[in-house]
Formats: sequence, structure tokens, C-alpha cells
Amino acid sequence: MKELTVNADIVNIQPMTSFLEEYLKENGCPDSDILRIDIAVDEILSNICQYAYPNGEKGYMTMKLELIDEGGGVRMFFLDGGIPYDPLKKRDPDVSLSIENRPIGGLGIYIVKKTMDNVFYEYAEGRNCLTVEKSWKS
Amino acid sequence: MDIQKNLDGTKLTIKLIGRLDTQTAPNLEKEFADGLKNVTELIFDLSSLEYISSAGLRVLLMAQNEMDEKGSMKIRGAGELVMEVFDITGFSDVLDIE
Repeated sequence: MKELTVNADIVNIQPMTSFLEEYLKENGCPDSDILRIDIAVDEILSNICQYAYPNGEKGYMTMKLELIDEGGGVRMFFLDGGIPYDPLKKRDPDVSLSIENRPIGGLGIYIVKKTMDNVFYEYAEGRNCLTVEKSWKS
Repeated sequence: MDIQKNLDGTKLTIKLIGRLDTQTAPNLEKEFADGLKNVTELIFDLSSLEYISSAGLRVLLMAQNEMDEKGSMKIRGAGELVMEVFDITGFSDVLDIE
């Protein structure tokens, strides 16, 4: 298992992404899926940076990576010590409504659900943990 | 992400190169702050855009709302992954995509 912890700040999404990309490349993930995973990670980490630690409180975010499916996929854990929040409880946006008539919020986690294989949430030991799985071998 | 602008009369073409995400979307938003004043035709060239996340969608929507009032906006050259995100989120029904 590989892991990286940084301050929960938007400027730190980029180093997290680089760390992840290196791991995925080493393990043979095709470029198209690397970019697809990058989008999901941008959505997840930006949510942590913007909402996990309210009132200007400083906090951390951790990403852990392990291979699944005999090396043909990845399981990613995203942890933070902020307020308990289950993003999967948010109702999916009604994407059939015209853009003017619906809120823009909630699209990020919806993109994650639609482009990744599995997404789980749990709150344990004072931490939010979102687990995301994506395989590139069918 | 690099932003290349080409103004031809009242027609503005904006080419986005790289990734339109949480970190880069504010740079594009800044371009609209006073840059769209006399523009009646706005074209986004996305042929060199690697991907877009919801932060980028938000900025495209802002531009669309502004152009609805005074002209037109078109999306050109969107690649497979960018189109995938447009399709998932329903943006492909709202944006004028060539």
C-alpha cells in the first residue's frame, strides 16, 4: 500500500495527482483511464479542501493506493479528519433538467459515481473514508 | 493549463490547453471578469484539453449564461473524455457543441 498525506489545500491536489499518476503508470493503467481517475480525484479532493474543515480550521487529507483485480485495477482510499460527511447520500442531480433550472452542486460526486466502478463511504475512528475502485482490465 | 485568446472583431476564440480542474478553473473565470464586454460570438476550442472536472463545467456555464444575453457560444474540438463528462452531466444537451 502506498500513501501520501498533505494539508487539505487546493494547491495540494496537483502533487496528489502526480503521485497517483506515477503509481498508475508503473502498474500499466492505460492513459485514458489515468485521466478518468484524475477527474474523480479532483472532485473528491476539492470537496475535502472546500468543505471538510469549516471555519478556516487546518486539516489533512490522505490518499492510500493498492492494486486489485490481479494488478488490473486500483483501490483508492481518501481520508480526512473533518466533519462527518457522506457524499454518497446526496441525491443524484437531475441531469435531464435544463442547466438554468438546476443547481450546479452535486455534479462532482455524480461524475465520480458514473466513471468509477465502485464507491463506498464510511466514518470510523474520527475520519471520513471514501473508497473508490477502478479496473482497467475487463 | 494555458489559455490562448484570439479576438477577431467581436468574435473571441479561447483555446484551452491542458486540464480544466479545481486549480485552473479560477484562471479561466478571471478571463471573463472584464474580457467578454464586446464579444458577441464566443468559441471554445477544446481540441487540446485533456480533461474537464465539475469546477470547469461551472465556469463554462457562467460563460454560457453571459453569452445567452448578448450572442452565441460554441464548443469545438472536444475529445472523447471531455465529451464523456458533458454527456454524463447533461451539459451536451445545453452547450452548442460542434
